[in-house]
Amino acid sequence: MNWLRDWMLPGQNSAYTRDYDLMFMSIVGLCAFFFVLIAVLVFFFIIRYRRRENAGPTPHITHNLTLELVWSIIPLIIVIGIFFWGFHNYMNAAVAPGDALEIQVTGKKWLWTFEYPDGMRTINEIHVPVGRAVRLIMTSEDVIHSFFIPGMRIKQDVVPGRYTEEWFQPDKPGTLQVFCAEYCGKSHSQMMAKIVVDDAAKYAEWLEKGDEFTQTAPLKEVGQRVWENRGCKECHSIDGVKGQGPSFKGIWMKMEKMSDGKMVQVEANYIRESMMYPQMKVVAGFEPIMPTFQGLLREREMLGVIEYIKSLQ
Amino acid sequence: MDWIYTVDHKRIGLMYLWSILLFFFVGGMFAMLVRTQLLSPKGSIMDQETYNRVFTLHGVIMVFLFIIPSIPAALGNFVLPLMLGAKDVAFPRMNLASFYIYVVGAIIALVSIVTGAVDTGWTFYTPYSTTSNASVSMMTFAAFVLGFSSIFTGINFIATVHKLRAPGMGWFDMPLFVWSIYATAIIQVLATPVLGITLALLIMERAFSIGIFDPAMGGDPVLFQHFFWFYSHPAVYIMILPGMAIISEVIPTFSQKTIFGYRAIAFSSVGIALIGFLVWGHHMFVSGQSPLASSIFSFLTFLVAIPSGIKVFNWLATMYRGNIKLDAPMLYACSFLLLFGIGGLTGIFLGSIATDVHLHDTYFVVAHFHYVMMGGTVIAFLAGLHYWWPKMFGRMYSESAARVSCALIFVGFNMTFLSQFILGSRGMPRRYATYLDQFQPLHQFSTFGAWIVGLGFFIMAGYLFASFRNPKNAPPNPWGGKTLEWEALSPPITHNFHDAPIPKHGPYDYRPNPAPIGSDH
Repeated sequence: MNWLRDWMLPGQNSAYTRDYDLMFMSIVGLCAFFFVLIAVLVFFFIIRYRRRENAGPTPHITHNLTLELVWSIIPLIIVIGIFFWGFHNYMNAAVAPGDALEIQVTGKKWLWTFEYPDGMRTINEIHVPVGRAVRLIMTSEDVIHSFFIPGMRIKQDVVPGRYTEEWFQPDKPGTLQVFCAEYCGKSHSQMMAKIVVDDAAKYAEWLEKGDEFTQTAPLKEVGQRVWENRGCKECHSIDGVKGQGPSFKGIWMKMEKMSDGKMVQVEANYIRESMMYPQMKVVAGFEPIMPTFQGLLREREMLGVIEYIKSLQ
Repeated sequence: MDWIYTVDHKRIGLMYLWSILLFFFVGGMFAMLVRTQLLSPKGSIMDQETYNRVFTLHGVIMVFLFIIPSIPAALGNFVLPLMLGAKDVAFPRMNLASFYIYVVGAIIALVSIVTGAVDTGWTFYTPYSTTSNASVSMMTFAAFVLGFSSIFTGINFIATVHKLRAPGMGWFDMPLFVWSIYATAIIQVLATPVLGITLALLIMERAFSIGIFDPAMGGDPVLFQHFFWFYSHPAVYIMILPGMAIISEVIPTFSQKTIFGYRAIAFSSVGIALIGFLVWGHHMFVSGQSPLASSIFSFLTFLVAIPSGIKVFNWLATMYRGNIKLDAPMLYACSFLLLFGIGGLTGIFLGSIATDVHLHDTYFVVAHFHYVMMGGTVIAFLAGLHYWWPKMFGRMYSESAARVSCALIFVGFNMTFLSQFILGSRGMPRRYATYLDQFQPLHQFSTFGAWIVGLGFFIMAGYLFASFRNPKNAPPNPWGGKTLEWEALSPPITHNFHDAPIPKHGPYDYRPNPAPIGSDH
């Protein structure tokens, strides 16, 4: 019956999907049995007992206790069995292992954003290593959405004002489709994401180099996205207004005075040093509170920040 | 013209009948639009915002303006007093009021449709429904008003069954149609007010930002789901129990054989009504509901399936060694057994928590509920419509045209919805205006099926309207039924019977020498 399972269900991508599919196909078999039973009886009866005008009166059979008990109790036992099976599988699906890779998921009309433990953020795509449990901790910024991974047989509603969770453990490389599965308005049908399951080598490369956007988009756009998503904009404006840190507007190639009195030109090396070792040269008039981004930004992302600042004249 | 202030249950029933048939047509047209749009992922005929309104209106119209009133208010109103040997229902004026309330609710719904319509899905989940700029408050107000129509019908039927039975007709001498309609009435009275309150809270949230469903104000959007499904799950039993009521009448008559397991069927109707109040959380397994609550709901959901299964076996046993005539009502009743069978069995996938998680909010659910609501209730409604057509109008319709229609509807329906089980298990979510290319073949197959169903109904409209050109000479009992409505003329006189009937035998006694009523328990 594997051909039937492969026709009815998406590919199997984890141990859980194999458990799920076994249960699903068993219920298919059960339903097929009872449906065929009902259909055969209906067709047999309408032919065998079709109206004959010279037939005598029909037998006056009002009940049969044995028969009624049998067809009440046997189905009851069957469905209680299915209840326990479904409950058991559900408890496996509901509780993530302790060493899972945790990814924060935020749904909002009509896209998904993801944040890794190291602060890396992506939109509509995540990469995960094969063989490791992944735990998604999810919330919504607006209406109820739902994060549905058919290839893992799981979904969970994503609700504003609280966190919900689901987890999975892919056992082979590949790409998993994600759909939004709670109606959320105009572009509900397009609120999709992808989970790319990488083998260890590719995953390490992705961690180092980033997603496709980071690897191929023009540097200025990469930089802008870093500024938006990685915490820069909380302190550094782009419109000239002073914040916790200096505004980026118009600073490229400017001569700035540091807190120790020295004059420094704002060029590529200075910007890079500020991201890696922010306490080395602090602009006068600002507190030395910038955190380091060492290990949190990729090469191309840093180059992108430099290009972005260049563009803010 | 005097129909406007009639209190005759037969005329009120017919006014309801034309109304629900009109809205079945309107809702059906919206369905045709939905399916035609989904022929291609590029969206053949409308933009996404329009599609979101069209699928919502299909659901809202079919649920609130067609299926909930359909069998009880149209057929039940006509047939129930006749079956009890009564002149009318207990409260004839309240009956007329319930129809007027229905009309008012329908008008408010139409106003909503032309002033922006609704794009929330018929389930109105918050926060989308509290923040959408569509005409949500107007439409939910329409549903609020329609709820009173349903409640009044329920009150009326409960009182009628208790108080207006013919002399000698005890509870276990009533037709099973009455038992099921009575169980339905209990649900109508107990559950509908909860919907009313829920929709009122939704309207207040939209109008005054009271915050009950808004997390920013300490409210809980999932609370809406609990409130909504507390009514809407029992509501699906309001939909199916009257259908089962009709099957319990048609199968014995067309088998000319007594019903098997009268008491089991009677008690299962009441059992379904009561347990049906305890399972609403099976719509919410992935909503954030606790595993403990989900487990309890799952267990109770499986329990409520058993009485329905018992009924199906009892109906089959009734056919065994019967003398079966396959006229249109019986063709529909046999269709019901197959289609409701599939609908009920596929509920097993959804009652089990683990399997439901994958299938929730996919086309699998859409297929399941269309099998039970359309393959179940609508098919049973058609069985009843054809069964009591001569009683209501004194005319027969063309049997051969009816068979063609039934075949088209049966084949088309299965094409439309069997494919949707596969779409769902493969991961196609519901309420999608567009989809990935891989899903297109099944969507196209489903749409072709929908067109065939439409053709079947079109033909049905034709031969039913044509029947009014036949002579009004249908006999009182064209099918050989044993319940009291078949002792009235076709159509009955105004007061139903010349003299209050005293039933001589039970409702399913086909013996040449039937036993006196009450002796057969």
